[in-house]
Amino acid sequence: MPIQVLMPALSPTMEKGNLSKWLKKEGETIKSGDVIAEIETDKATMEVEATDEGTLGKILIPEGTADVAVNTPIATILADGESAADLAKAPAPQQKAAESAAPAAAKAEAPAPKAAPAPQAVAEPDPEVPAGTEMVTQTIREALRDAMAEEMRRDADVFVMGEEVAEYQGAYKVTQGLLQEFGAKRVIDTPITEHGFAGIGVGAAMTGLKPIVEFMTFNFAMQAIDQIINSAAKTLYMSGGQMGCSIVFRGPNGAAARVAAQHSQDYSSWYSNVPGLKVVAPFSAADYKGLLKAAIRDPNPVIFLENEMLYGHTGEVPKLDDFVIPIGKARIVRSGSHVTIISWSNGMSYALKAADELAKDGIEAEVIDLRTLRPMDTETIVNSVKKTGRAVTVEEGWAQSGVGAEIAARIMEHAFDYLDAPVARVSGKDVPMPYAANLEKLALPSAAEVVEAAKAVCYR
Amino acid sequence: MAAPKKAAASTAQDKTDGGSPPEFTREQELKALRDMLLIRRFEEKAGQLYGMGAIGGFCHLYIGQEAVVVGMQMALKPGDQVITGYRDHGHMLATGMEANGVMAELTGRRGGYSKGKGGSMHMFSKEKHFYGGHGIVGAQVSLGTGLAFANHYRDNDNVSVTYFGDGAANQGQVYESFNMAELWKLPVIYVIENNRYAMGTSVSRASAQQDFSKRGASFNIPGQQVDGMDVRAVKAAGDEAAAWCRAGKGPFILEMQTYRYRGHSMSDPAKYRTREEVEKVRHDQDPIEQVRNRLLAAKVSEQDLKAIDAEVREIVNASADFAQHDPEPDAAELWTDIYR
Repeated sequence: MPIQVLMPALSPTMEKGNLSKWLKKEGETIKSGDVIAEIETDKATMEVEATDEGTLGKILIPEGTADVAVNTPIATILADGESAADLAKAPAPQQKAAESAAPAAAKAEAPAPKAAPAPQAVAEPDPEVPAGTEMVTQTIREALRDAMAEEMRRDADVFVMGEEVAEYQGAYKVTQGLLQEFGAKRVIDTPITEHGFAGIGVGAAMTGLKPIVEFMTFNFAMQAIDQIINSAAKTLYMSGGQMGCSIVFRGPNGAAARVAAQHSQDYSSWYSNVPGLKVVAPFSAADYKGLLKAAIRDPNPVIFLENEMLYGHTGEVPKLDDFVIPIGKARIVRSGSHVTIISWSNGMSYALKAADELAKDGIEAEVIDLRTLRPMDTETIVNSVKKTGRAVTVEEGWAQSGVGAEIAARIMEHAFDYLDAPVARVSGKDVPMPYAANLEKLALPSAAEVVEAAKAVCYR
Repeated sequence: MAAPKKAAASTAQDKTDGGSPPEFTREQELKALRDMLLIRRFEEKAGQLYGMGAIGGFCHLYIGQEAVVVGMQMALKPGDQVITGYRDHGHMLATGMEANGVMAELTGRRGGYSKGKGGSMHMFSKEKHFYGGHGIVGAQVSLGTGLAFANHYRDNDNVSVTYFGDGAANQGQVYESFNMAELWKLPVIYVIENNRYAMGTSVSRASAQQDFSKRGASFNIPGQQVDGMDVRAVKAAGDEAAAWCRAGKGPFILEMQTYRYRGHSMSDPAKYRTREEVEKVRHDQDPIEQVRNRLLAAKVSEQDLKAIDAEVREIVNASADFAQHDPEPDAAELWTDIYR
């Protein structure tokens, strides 16, 4: 029976890709290891090698096809003795939707993609955006790149350094094109040496330069955390205000997909614990752009926590010459009167999905995207809780000493008398992140858990 | 590119055995004497104030090592940056920071360089290009490399002088910094102040490679061992290293062979070495006595030297007086300088 060639997953978070080119024609002989096609993912263009031998029987997905879901059959290979007539025996090709690519259905050779939360409709208009502003649809990856490029055009003291930020165009393609526009002096590939280059960045910032230090993930920034906290966060205070540093530490934080315990930690609570740091963790594309621009301009060290799962997500970004969102302001993304759900970064995807579900049961949730964790916009939280009397926090990180615990404490301090139920926390489970797909799913929060918690505080 | 580097690295080794360093002019000798004396008297006074309880926490004295910072400073030009670890009082005075401000910081008063919020280990002066004062052993090496990065980025002629000890030389980030400094040809002089003991651990008990000038060898960074008790040798080495950096050739390592007379900190019982060892260095190699003896041999009068002594004592006494009478910071200062 002819062998099906499936659209491969080329990264842990890839859900679909563009079939940009076929390098073999129908009828050509294929040996194991031959490059048969080129596939463009949201991160890079990759070559697809054949793992089976035979003759390329039929190309099922023509070149130039965009958004081919992982595991979609893209071609068939005929084994020796088989002919085109045998093609009929192969299952009919079927373009699968990205969302339906369930892990259980994945073939052994393709890493299972994790179903990503669907982009959510935003109910409340963004007060930072003037009415009637033209919007452009961008991925979060592009929004981040544009924010850096705009700030680098504006200020010659801004530069980017990190692993693979220049020639490789970014490990997650976030810095794509920056080297070409700004040159190697301002877009600097570092060796794999987090502690060292974080310190170099801080030292450069002490002289007035404005480095953007990219960590390939914040998991690796643990090697550099001494420089981030002891040198960057504390120097202004220790110098009596003489010497601070304007620096942004940015990169993906928290769980990606199937990368297990050492690559999946959420550092929100770690950094938000430290005076002297500002900590930003946006969710929407517009916020990613506006807040990164604000972070680069901020005279203080800013930890800018991104989420790999969101990089490929698209959103509406205002087409403004200079779109900057102030650090420290939460945003009510959906208004409601029965329960307040507070989250940030990818936690918002569970929160918003849960709000949709709750609405079906007649519970109107008010969803707050914190966007900034330090300084925390306590006022927006408290005002909402005064209205709803109930609150649920949602975070991917661990509950103990987590940001949710801090929010709960602030609600208790400032709105205790308004509470009709104890604050509930939904969080990552108190375990290192497991690898197995089912366990990973269990370890992360879910919309269902948020729904359950919201119903519990509503006594429903 | 490799050839001149190698040459520098190999001639470097011969420097310590290569006879006397270039002579100082009388003015240079007098300046070196005065600046070293200021540090010594200041540190003695700080030790005294610590004993009286006027200075709290940690206090690491620089007595014995004065020739290193004074000689290096004589090799620098305005705009060059200095950064060091926690044994930093000498470095600050050498860069021209006021004794009053340093001493008042030691006593935690509002007139201190950090308004009393930094203390002994954390002081800075933007004006004097002194970038701290860092309490985490080795952290200043990456930061100092960052200062050099900024010089390179701005394409100015400044050099970062990054001091650290034989103890810090074993920290991992030192080598991360070495690698990037040479890779990017950053203008940084790494001054390793080898005072033979990392707190209570002698170099031989902690270091597989005890020749610190060779610590950059695997990165192709040239290095030189220097008699850190002879201010002239320090300046000569500093001149050479600074010229190397300013010529765009990248970093340079100077191992300063020096000695600290006092304990690691004020609470160090110093059981790891003998009193005789300390006395022998003091007697044979004291950096200040060396200069004083040369000046006397050159017929400078005792009177003139005493005048320098008196001037220095006056500065130090005034600083001690200021530091004990200046008010503590206002309580409101607790909440300032966290963000700007």
